Amino acid sequence: MKKLFSFLILVLATSSVFAGGYRVSIQGQKQLAMGHTGVAVISSAETVFFNPASMAFLEDKFNLSVGASGIFSQVKFQNTEFGWTSETDNPLGTPLNLYATYKANDWLTFGLGVYTPYGSRVEWEEDWAGSHLVNDIDLSAIFIQPSVSIKLADFFSIGGGPIYVTGGVNFNRNLSRSLTDDTGENRANVTIDASGINAWGYNVGWTLKPTDKLTIGFNYRSEITMKAEDGDADFENIPPSLGFDDTTFDSEIPLPSEVTVGLSYQITDKWLAAFDYNRTQWSAYESLNVTFNNAAGTSVNLRNYSDASTYRFGLQYAHNSKFTFRGGIYFDESPIEDGYFAPETPRGDSVGYTGGLTYNVTDKLGIDLSFLYLSFKEETNSYDYFVESNGENSSFGGTYSNSTFAPGIGVSYKF
Amino acid sequence: MKKIKYIAIAALGLVACEPEFDNDITDSGFYSTGTANLDNFVAIGNSLTAGFADGALYVQGQENSFPNIMASKFAQAGSTQEFSQPLTSDNLGGLLLGGVQISPNRLVLSASAPGAGDLAPVILDGTPTTEVSIPLTGTFHNMGVPGAKSFHLLSPGYGDVGGVPLGLANPYYARFASSSTATVMGDALAQNPSFFSLWIGNNDVLSFATSGGVGEDQTGNLDPATYGPNDITDPTVFAGTLDAIMSSLNGAGAQGIVCNLPDVTSIPYFTTIPFNSIPMDATTAAGTNAAYAAYNGGLLAAQGGGFITADEVAARTINFVEGNNAVVIEDESLTNLAGLGLPNIRQATADDFIVLPTLSILGTLADPADPTSVIGVGVALNDGQVLTANEASMVFAAQAQYNATLAALASAYGFDLIDMRALLEDLNVNGVAYNGGTMTSAFATGNGFSLDGVHPTARGYAYIADQMIEMINNNYGANIPRIDIGEYPGTMIN
Repeated sequence: MKKLFSFLILVLATSSVFAGGYRVSIQGQKQLAMGHTGVAVISSAETVFFNPASMAFLEDKFNLSVGASGIFSQVKFQNTEFGWTSETDNPLGTPLNLYATYKANDWLTFGLGVYTPYGSRVEWEEDWAGSHLVNDIDLSAIFIQPSVSIKLADFFSIGGGPIYVTGGVNFNRNLSRSLTDDTGENRANVTIDASGINAWGYNVGWTLKPTDKLTIGFNYRSEITMKAEDGDADFENIPPSLGFDDTTFDSEIPLPSEVTVGLSYQITDKWLAAFDYNRTQWSAYESLNVTFNNAAGTSVNLRNYSDASTYRFGLQYAHNSKFTFRGGIYFDESPIEDGYFAPETPRGDSVGYTGGLTYNVTDKLGIDLSFLYLSFKEETNSYDYFVESNGENSSFGGTYSNSTFAPGIGVSYKF
Repeated sequence: MKKIKYIAIAALGLVACEPEFDNDITDSGFYSTGTANLDNFVAIGNSLTAGFADGALYVQGQENSFPNIMASKFAQAGSTQEFSQPLTSDNLGGLLLGGVQISPNRLVLSASAPGAGDLAPVILDGTPTTEVSIPLTGTFHNMGVPGAKSFHLLSPGYGDVGGVPLGLANPYYARFASSSTATVMGDALAQNPSFFSLWIGNNDVLSFATSGGVGEDQTGNLDPATYGPNDITDPTVFAGTLDAIMSSLNGAGAQGIVCNLPDVTSIPYFTTIPFNSIPMDATTAAGTNAAYAAYNGGLLAAQGGGFITADEVAARTINFVEGNNAVVIEDESLTNLAGLGLPNIRQATADDFIVLPTLSILGTLADPADPTSVIGVGVALNDGQVLTANEASMVFAAQAQYNATLAALASAYGFDLIDMRALLEDLNVNGVAYNGGTMTSAFATGNGFSLDGVHPTARGYAYIADQMIEMINNNYGANIPRIDIGEYPGTMIN
């Protein structure tokens, strides 16, 4: 009973875990514990995400991994010139993942993955100093990926599969830094909401085992553009003279493509080391344009993200048949350029520290534990491209400080 | 299984572990008030101190009064004061006395239909709830009393609700005066202010100016009890009053800032309507001139009779041409030629100031049935609709003496003087650039002045507050956070 209770605490805990931008790097408890490496680690069904080509190298006929993390995240903001302070009260987010593989024969393996690699959930204090940029945002996307892997040779396999994405966004901000209704008390704001946004992409890779101990992997996940059409735009506290009625909106946001190359090396029977390099094509995110079908027109919000790299290192130590321990670290580059630092994704460069273990209850059943601690430097930056009603840009900035901790738990089953 | 429990506990522990700053601005000592003692800040003055805007005093305007904005920043710098204000009851702004409305609701810009774009000032609909006869209790750090002239601050009974209907007392002060015989300065001093702002004297010339000079210039009359509401206060009375006020503040050991008085002609009430705002084509101009031929001829006859000079004839001769033409106005300072059947009229010059309320009537027909009764052409603007050059010179003369007095007294008592005249002149001439725009004095569009054309918007008040904070930072070695004025509303729209 206690176990169940603890599990619920973790699952109900919510918020999102981030890499740069709105990428959430929690796609498997075992691999997260190893610094979220995995493109060249042949270990569990989690490879459906990390590199579906490796599925064919899994030894068991059936592998299942199910897991979740609870993300405890908070951001504080201050501006020394004007004495502004604010902090987020982020609801806890629970990225979930489910992976399964089935070995049809020696060279063919099928798999299925369900995971949530993108998301952002930030709630600032209502009407805070940056409320014209964001009051709160909840961006979510679930990826469903059926996969196939073919072992072309004992040392080489390929794999991949289509990705079906279903997602949604709910975003609220004030219309300007000062506009209110006619009482002067209530700030004019807009909420855009769209759910059931669907799109397709794909995930492909290859795995090479030149020696028994060395594995090399390559993985590519395609860019997926989430297009919201006829979403709901709810305008509140608008002076009636402006004529901003509730309406529909169109917008789109890219979920950028990601290339990963990496290797793992079985140092001894007990020790495995892994290194991954990710390159995320964030330059796809040039601008967030929201077109309202009323007098408000089109809101252009420049982003100008640049491509960003992540360097990941992981270690695994198989202590005995019952316990395996893991640890890792990664360096995550922010895609956000100076002057484009918007508080909806208030995160700069970070270092992730990870760890975890697997406890094998039986030969078939294991429990995976993981944690991630993200360390951010204080970031003093600004967003300089908010367009005021007079057509001029205003700047909003200050110093942001982040703290993120994400414990996770999973279950692995194989036979 | 214990491990799971431990991890859950660890997780909850880390939730409590918040992100931190190397130098957190909420830590005591990050900001400071320097040598200024801001623990008991009292703001003394008139409507400009109260936060009056859009022709009314309303809650949101009071929240954005310059003293209240300053106090919020003082609190960040360590002041222990909770700044209190005699808040009105609503955001409509009108006053009731015994249930009868005695002052109008505030103005807002409104379009004829949603999205129509034809924004114009209108009075906000609604029944106000601020009842003057129901007094507030407590002490109030914002002692700004809309309508107060300098000598009113020392006048017992100025807050007697019984005197309000008789015009002997002030309805705004009646709401929060400590007694029916209290004085504004008495109530202010009773709070033992450690720091004050004093901005008084505007109304000593402003009401004369906004009324188009219908009052009297009382220079030479030392008894303010005999003054009418639209009169100019004698500069000697002003000096004596201000000396008494500053002396008492000095005696109380208070530090403070004294504000001087802006030019009344740097505000949109007087600058919005150009003197030559009558466009005309050649045919209409010829017709108008024909209609004035008798008047012009009469002027020459008067000159021939030795009643007026050639210069006055030139000044009074009405002449319309194709293009923009000066408005026809009454001027009581002209030689009275009523005996010859000639009115005291002339065309305005750049030295005359046409007041804002004529905006909606200028160029319309005084008599809808009479096409020659165009106001400003066939019908002259009356005395109350124009601050003539002669009247304006009285205002300038008195104001210059007031400002000299304020500077001399502030210096004598060791108070800081902030040059509001220069600040508002700069706003009028150059505008004030801020993060995201430029604030100007342009009526309705400049966002610096509210729709009454006299009082600033919240953004304008925020600018004043920021300038005062800069002065305190400089003069008292303080480090008080500044104000991003773009956060504060400009012109109110509904």
